[in-house]
Amino acid sequence: MDRRGFLKTTLVAGTAALAGDDLGALELRHPEEFVGVLVDTTRCIGCRACEVACGETHDLFVPDVINDGALATPRKTSERQYTVVNKYETEQGDIFVKRQCMHCHQAACATACPTEAMHKTLKGPVTWDGDKCIGCRFCMISCPFDVPKFEYNEWNPKLVKCTMCFERQEKGLKPACVSACPTDALQFGVQVDNLEIARHRIYAHPDKYVHQIYGEHEAGGTGWLYLSAVPFDQIGFRTDLGRTPYPEYTREFLYAVPAILFGVPAFLLGLNALADHDKPTGGMGSEFLTGDEEAER
Amino acid sequence: MNTNVATAGEFNRIVRFLIHELKPRGPWLTTFNVISIPVIVAGLVILCFRFIYGLGSVTNLTQEHPWGLWLGFDVVTGVALAGGAYVITFVVYVMRVDKYQSIVRITVLNGLLAYMFYGGALLFDLGRPWNAMNPFIGNSFGFASVLFLICWHFALYMVAAFVEFSPVIAEWLNLEKARKFLKSLALGTVILGVTLSLLHQSGLGALFLMAMPKIHPLWWSQFTPVLFFVSSIYAGLSMIIFEGTVSHGVFKNLLTPKGHHSFDDMVFGLAKGAAITMFVYYVFKALLFIHEKQWDLINTSWGYWYLLEVLGFVLVPAFMFAFGHKHRSLNIIKTAAVIALLGVILNRLNVSIICFQWYEPVRYYPSWQEITVTLMVIFSEIWIFRWVVTRMPVFSSEH
Ligand code: SF4
Ligand code: SF4
Repeated sequence: MDRRGFLKTTLVAGTAALAGDDLGALELRHPEEFVGVLVDTTRCIGCRACEVACGETHDLFVPDVINDGALATPRKTSERQYTVVNKYETEQGDIFVKRQCMHCHQAACATACPTEAMHKTLKGPVTWDGDKCIGCRFCMISCPFDVPKFEYNEWNPKLVKCTMCFERQEKGLKPACVSACPTDALQFGVQVDNLEIARHRIYAHPDKYVHQIYGEHEAGGTGWLYLSAVPFDQIGFRTDLGRTPYPEYTREFLYAVPAILFGVPAFLLGLNALADHDKPTGGMGSEFLTGDEEAER
Repeated sequence: MNTNVATAGEFNRIVRFLIHELKPRGPWLTTFNVISIPVIVAGLVILCFRFIYGLGSVTNLTQEHPWGLWLGFDVVTGVALAGGAYVITFVVYVMRVDKYQSIVRITVLNGLLAYMFYGGALLFDLGRPWNAMNPFIGNSFGFASVLFLICWHFALYMVAAFVEFSPVIAEWLNLEKARKFLKSLALGTVILGVTLSLLHQSGLGALFLMAMPKIHPLWWSQFTPVLFFVSSIYAGLSMIIFEGTVSHGVFKNLLTPKGHHSFDDMVFGLAKGAAITMFVYYVFKALLFIHEKQWDLINTSWGYWYLLEVLGFVLVPAFMFAFGHKHRSLNIIKTAAVIALLGVILNRLNVSIICFQWYEPVRYYPSWQEITVTLMVIFSEIWIFRWVVTRMPVFSSEH
């Protein structure tokens, strides 16, 4: 029997009642209902209109895409840019890849956050709430895609990352980058639909795409999905992240906590009663004190 | 009526006593003061910059390395080194081994101050410390967060440790009734304290579980919480030996000859405990290594670094403890304690900083400001420690 199964049966029985809803938050909601974006890298022409739209929408740095030559070296997202487009030279020619927060179904950042400032909304986007955040940066430590960024040079720093334009979505609009894309490389929609479109494209053009949808399983599944003509490790994606949702890694520890909190004191009291037969064995504070003081005399 | 007058009189007595005790004692121009005062002042100035211009103005933290010296050393390492308090209270109060009775007070004081200062150092590191109460109040409980648990267990443990220490304060203030009452809470708070320590010592390891793809495989394991817990036991024991040795040198005048003599005796017992836990830790590490089939990782510079930590700073001091215990050599034991402490520091820094994002070309090195503030934290803790031990009956045992 594997360790996980053992832990679950022994501990969950004792703790589920106590933890109730709270650990239930770790449970999968309905990922097929989450909204997300399908990125077809074969359609992207590297115009970086999405970068500009993102900067304008969120009051950030707006790159000068014509002159800045930023495609020369792959960049990461930063506190100034929630999304960047990178160019990779492959055997299929230059491939452009837009990167941003993946909006994981079971987001490591949201699980890590001690105040629920990073929050997986019911609709799918992962958002951040400045009134709650304490700035511990545990979300940055935990995110497998290294997405949240911190404003190191502010007295009142924010944790920033792509929010899939949650505010725009509330108004019924698509994310700014999706609206700005001139080639339909970005497709906004519900996860089930996006997956279906992606699969359909692969079936219809089996020679054009590698037969993998990045994000379908990675880190337990993400809201953003990618199609590519070359293996994903050639265009800057990590392929060693595994299929396990990241909150799973701490789940056992969290399940064990209530059991320890109640089991260990009982065990210690028992030990204390057994420890010395010459002294009163009640194990209560006052009797213990008497025994102690006698010993001193 | 009568009791009111008596209480008022008692109150006045305590206030007068406190004012008297607050005055500094002893010579001012000691080596420690000359070194520590400028460092503390410099640290405070640096903190002003930190709060006006942001963390980036004084630290070398980057987007790739969001946790640096203040978190990796002050909090993650400092708490491991403060493990002595829960270990010794477990031995004395739960297991009722009276032999260690006389070092309980000093060890609990050390633990309490370490939590207050090193845990407190977290506040400099938080980007938005004015929200720091959020995990404790309001509706923003991140129940699924390991850090949320650690915050709570830290806070509760500090209360428990304070109650454990409070009979000493009552004795100092000459409040006999309060002392008796507080003392009667001892077993309960000790049991709570040991349980909470078990949880947050291992919890500090659990912080790094989700960082699996970012920590070098030799330092990431799903058993990191267990490893952190076991190593906190011998870290605590080594720290008691180390601090005991130092304070027996520095505060000689506060010790009774009997106390001095039995300390050596205790060191042998502590060494035995440390040797056993270190061997257990080592075997566990080795099993993990074999189980994960990590042979091909060893012949790299990271592999050598790993071997240095596990062989040089765990296995070697473990043998030294065992040897020192068998041959009654205090010097070997004290050297072993220092090596073991360095090993724990190395391990915590490896997991939290050095092997984090090990593949990134840009490495993190602490800035001189980060180091100064860390020293400030350590020095101010020693100041308070010195103030307490020269006033309260810390070195005498229970009576
Ligand atoms: S990619 Fe990172 S920041 Fe975005 S939802 Fe996933 S864990 Fe959170
Ligand atoms: S930095 Fe803020 S958002 Fe990130 S984990 Fe900490 S409290 Fe949550």
